[in-house]
Amino acid sequence: MRPGAFDGSGLRIYTILYLLFLYAPIALLPIFAFNSGTIIAFPLQGFTTGWFTQMWENATLRRALANSLTIAVSSAILATCLGIFAARASTRFEFPGKGGIMGLIMVPMVLPEIIVAMSLLVVLLGVGVNLSILTVIVGHTLICMPYGIAILSTAFSTLDKSLEEAAYDLGETKWGAFRLVTLPLVMPGIISSLLISFTISLDEFIIAFFLSGNEPTLPTYIFSQLRFPKQIPTIMALGTVLVALSIVLLAAGEYFRRRGIAKIGGKDTGGFL
Amino acid sequence: MARRGLDAEAKQGLTLIAPPFLYALLVLAAPVLTILSYSFLKDGYLEVIREFTWANYTQVFTDPIVRTVMLRSLFVSGLVTLVTVVLAFPVAYYVSFMVRPERKSMWLFLITIPFWTSYLIRVFLWKVILGYNGVINSSLTGLGIIDEPLTFILYNVNAMVLTLAHAYAPFAILPIFVALEKIDRSLLEAGRDLGESRLMTFWRVTLPLAMPGVIAATLIVFIPTIGDYVTPEVIGGGKIPMIANLIQVQMLALDNRPLGSALAVTAMLIVAAVSVVFLFVNRRFLKVRQ
Repeated sequence: MRPGAFDGSGLRIYTILYLLFLYAPIALLPIFAFNSGTIIAFPLQGFTTGWFTQMWENATLRRALANSLTIAVSSAILATCLGIFAARASTRFEFPGKGGIMGLIMVPMVLPEIIVAMSLLVVLLGVGVNLSILTVIVGHTLICMPYGIAILSTAFSTLDKSLEEAAYDLGETKWGAFRLVTLPLVMPGIISSLLISFTISLDEFIIAFFLSGNEPTLPTYIFSQLRFPKQIPTIMALGTVLVALSIVLLAAGEYFRRRGIAKIGGKDTGGFL
Repeated sequence: MARRGLDAEAKQGLTLIAPPFLYALLVLAAPVLTILSYSFLKDGYLEVIREFTWANYTQVFTDPIVRTVMLRSLFVSGLVTLVTVVLAFPVAYYVSFMVRPERKSMWLFLITIPFWTSYLIRVFLWKVILGYNGVINSSLTGLGIIDEPLTFILYNVNAMVLTLAHAYAPFAILPIFVALEKIDRSLLEAGRDLGESRLMTFWRVTLPLAMPGVIAATLIVFIPTIGDYVTPEVIGGGKIPMIANLIQVQMLALDNRPLGSALAVTAMLIVAAVSVVFLFVNRRFLKVRQ
């Protein structure tokens, strides 16, 4: 093989093409959100921000947004609180049945969502619970919890045990040591768990679709509008806003994750998983 | 003394794990068990008759429609998984082996952004691209290349595979990347020093060591795609159902909860069976490593 024949330039080109394939459809969102034509086609017509105004004035959409935010904030908080318990227990303590219990808690990661949604729906209808955003919160908390635990476990496992012991030695109670020493150290993990749960819940469609009753959420609203070609430019505007929001949230999550690693003195290995 | 210490630790651990465990029991285990028991009961009009029967499973395994839908789901998710993993491997390889360590995070961040942007919007965008009045058709007619919109590009299995492969692409990269990162680089040098070509080193050292990541990627893509509901509705136009759509129709539209439950349980068993096969394969690769 001649020298330098395998410097990865071919792979580099492939990777860039791959990223283009990933981003190309998403790039259409802002292009057509600001295009004044009513049909989604090239060549572009003219520049307008009218679709954003129309989107903002849409009462159902605002209601869907309010519902989605309520659901995402509640599920993120609940999932992260439950996740803190599980992550702390699994990284710090040995107890009988640990593998099985943690396995059950993490199952929603590997179970198709339709099964979670359908089985919950059957039980809720059977018990006679009215479907509302509350039932969606119950479902979303369940599916966000494993992701929260994955992130929080990393935060808890890199924690130096001797710091807590030092706090006990200095006369702190268990709760005091947790609040004053452990919590601040795992705070970046908690914030990334909150952000990721929030993002998952905001985007989640299947559980929201089946468990929300008549209440719209953003994804179910989008789904209901897909049939009407006239609504597509407004949906493009909405998509643009959502993508921008996701990028901001992710950048914030990544920032806190890195800061967390720096705080504990670890080395960045990259990635959310 | 030691024994008591262990008990105290176990007690503390169990107290801590209790809230998430009870939540999972109540919201996950109980509903799944309910579905499991429903699948053995008879369907009456608007109610479930409490009488044991195998009829639902007989129907699941003999009904030609169910069989077609199950095979289609397996085919679509299998093909999506294959395409996604094969396309993802070189990207993961590039980021792990060719990118300077301090720039790896940036690449991973770029790859993960589309993965966190609304799944529904990504699926919807493919409809916008491929549809009757979509980007491709209206642009081609606008430019005078075609007279009538192409109808064969949407509402078929290929369009579904393309959409799902795009939607799940980043899922495959991360586990493969993690596996590649763990490979001891000196093993590759050893391979080269012992006279193997670059290609043979890749084939005999890198690839076997990366297999756990490939298998994880396979499962991460396969499991959600086989249960996908949105793509058959939006891209398949509701006329090419997969398992999820069939379960939904039986449970809600036709109100046949026992049959819907039997379908859901069968789908879970298929997912579990495929996972076990892959985990078994993985164990063989891990054994090779030792």
